Amino acid sequence: MEVACTVRLPIFEGPLDLLLHLIKRNEVQVSDIPIATITDQYLATLEELPELNLDGAGEYLVMAATLVYIKSRMLLPTAEDDEEPEEDPRGELVQQLLEYQRYRDVALALGERAVLDRDVFARDPEALGPPAAGETAEPCVRDASLADLLDALREVLRRLRPPAVHEVAREEISIGQAVERILARFVMAERMEFTSLFAVDRTRAEVIVTFLALLELIRLRVLRAEQPERFGAITLALAVATVAEATERVHDLGRLEAGWRGEGEHHGDGDRNG
Amino acid sequence: METVTGTDREHRNGNGYDAAAQADLGRLPALIESLLFAAGAPVPLARLVEALDGPERREVTAALKVLAEGYEREGRGIRLVQVGGGYQLRTPAEHALWVRRLLHERPPRLSRPMLETVAIVAYRQPCTRAEIEAIRGVEAEAVLSTLLERRLVRVVGRKEAPGRPLLYGTTREFLEVFGLPDLSALPTLRELGEAEILSHPELVVDAGGVRPPAPAAADREPAGEAG
Repeated sequence: MEVACTVRLPIFEGPLDLLLHLIKRNEVQVSDIPIATITDQYLATLEELPELNLDGAGEYLVMAATLVYIKSRMLLPTAEDDEEPEEDPRGELVQQLLEYQRYRDVALALGERAVLDRDVFARDPEALGPPAAGETAEPCVRDASLADLLDALREVLRRLRPPAVHEVAREEISIGQAVERILARFVMAERMEFTSLFAVDRTRAEVIVTFLALLELIRLRVLRAEQPERFGAITLALAVATVAEATERVHDLGRLEAGWRGEGEHHGDGDRNG
Repeated sequence: METVTGTDREHRNGNGYDAAAQADLGRLPALIESLLFAAGAPVPLARLVEALDGPERREVTAALKVLAEGYEREGRGIRLVQVGGGYQLRTPAEHALWVRRLLHERPPRLSRPMLETVAIVAYRQPCTRAEIEAIRGVEAEAVLSTLLERRLVRVVGRKEAPGRPLLYGTTREFLEVFGLPDLSALPTLRELGEAEILSHPELVVDAGGVRPPAPAAADREPAGEAG
């Protein structure tokens, strides 16, 4: 990304940004652009580009074509006997510029706020306990989306201890084994915290295998991921009556279709794939 | 009707739990200060009321005000801010230099493309990459992945449209990073269109305006969503 940026126009964030710059420099209104002048200056600026990188330049060139087209339409005489009044050929571009300008202004204002960890600082957050019933803003339990799960995974990975200096022989664990490990945990409890699922995992690889196994179990509708509070902790619950039923379903469905079927020695079939 | 479990009784008798619960209102600001300090993260008002277990909502709000004003008045090194749906203790911006030097951390980089993109997502969420690109006039893939990485935006779903493109929204981290109490603290786009805010960023900072249901040009849907 950094490389591409150096080849692109360094100061402008795109064709609209460049146009707004030219409009400001000419001290004209966005709503009444002197299209001929602006087009000439726009094209001149493009020519000043040291090297046109095709990726970045494409967007500028499309805008150049649009400008030239609008300019040509402005030059055409309007037919006198037209029933409908000719609409301003600049209309659409003006709308686009005004809209972009608004967001650009918001962006500027955001950047000047007291930004956390740049201008202001807070303590590292502690996890709050679950809220008492009835205190949540969204009382109904909602299912956690994949995005919620990924957020939670990122948090687990972040909290993972840095690896010890010495190399430890890696314990290979397959998704199939991780599935069974997870289900075994549900023999004791019907629900558990998302993070507690990863309590025994030591490495990123282990965390990720556990996570993939969890996704698999959710896909097979054996487990449910619930998030009572938006951005809150995710709870996992058994979506079937018993673990035995869960195991059965995993065997019926999971082994048939999923990719983790063949890996490692699952259920003692003992063939190592090399 | 009310069953007091063993642990409950322990709490109540052993730790002066009751005494704290019945805290005279004069102690409330200090008590809240302890809660906010211990939590670190923004704590919603409801959670404070719940933890204090006794004082009413309005009493807690009043105590928060006392605490906040005390920090200001005495020129303390801490401020109480309302951010991300809760209350949080933060250092004042004018101490940034020294805190940064102590922590020795590079401040997070917020480039213009990042700020523009997150601004668009904030106002138009849930929105697709194509919508962002239509507004900014440049491709948005790289900057979106940076924003996802920084957890300022998140995938909130897929649009029921050809190609089922991903929909993006802002996160609680977004509110926290920019010190916004909630999304309604963003100024309305109409306000921005009318006032020359470029030279007056403080207009945005304290604007309590309610966010419009949709910005003016929300009807301009990009034609192709092919991704």
